[in-house]
Amino acid sequence: MAHAPVGEMTSTRWTGGALPYGVASKKLGMWLFIISDALTFSALLVTYSYCRLANPNWPTPFEIYPAITFSTIMTFCLLSSSVTMVMAVAAAHRGQRALAAKWLLATMAGGLAFVVLHANEWLHLIHTGVTPFQNPWGVPLFGATFFTLTGLHMTHVICGVIYLGIVAAGFARGKWTGLDVEVAGLYWHFVDLVWMFIFPLVYLMSNRITH
Amino acid sequence: MSANAEHAHGGNRLYLWIWFWLLTLTAVEVFLAYKQVPLGTMLVLLMVLSTVKAALIIAYFMHLRYELGSLAVTLIPPLVICIVLMIVFSFPDGFRLLELRPR
Repeated sequence: MAHAPVGEMTSTRWTGGALPYGVASKKLGMWLFIISDALTFSALLVTYSYCRLANPNWPTPFEIYPAITFSTIMTFCLLSSSVTMVMAVAAAHRGQRALAAKWLLATMAGGLAFVVLHANEWLHLIHTGVTPFQNPWGVPLFGATFFTLTGLHMTHVICGVIYLGIVAAGFARGKWTGLDVEVAGLYWHFVDLVWMFIFPLVYLMSNRITH
Repeated sequence: MSANAEHAHGGNRLYLWIWFWLLTLTAVEVFLAYKQVPLGTMLVLLMVLSTVKAALIIAYFMHLRYELGSLAVTLIPPLVICIVLMIVFSFPDGFRLLELRPR
């Protein structure tokens, strides 16, 4: 599919005729948003790690089953949805609208599965007595940092699913171009990428020590 | 640009390989937790593995490898520098709090 007319300018690079990054402005905008959002998540992850480091009795409540098993399945869902997203972008660039929409739906399904499993995990923790202000195991900050970090990520996934739904509908009707699908893909991969750090730091590092 | 992007696509095979490696690295991470490797070692290993995974996602899924170098050079170093600064300033202080705590 034809994008915004990148590279179709007539003046030279030195007179401002060339796009210095060679990408459409939508894509550059999404990249800039992603970098700033990455810093937000970095700050939250550093905060979590800082609190954990400074508190010797930080809770490590996650057993291999169920918590770690379920969070591993959630990781699988997100990683797989990234692959279907890549397929959607490839199909969109080839102009196969129906196929791209199907791959987008598959991506949304992966995201939804992640949200359902994660919400289940949250409910389980809440029933165990974990709130942002207290928990049965030790430092109250555990709940505050855990819910803030995973909650912000889950919000990103939910927004991502809605975003993909809008893009899928718009692309299938021919309203938008492959570029829009690609930009949505950048966002989706970023959400996946952030989980690649939350999963080890919050879940795997909090595996209950049994020996 | 679109022809270029089409060209630059590694194709479905490449994506499936990247997916395979991401899943494999995740499996290694879970295995480390399962074996209950000492926390310090585990933190280092997990962060190295996760950084590799992030790099794979950024380079191939997010296509940064196939964009102009100027985009990567503008986006990535500032991000890395900011993250390193956050870590450099906060972690020594975390250790200080830990050491000062009455036992």
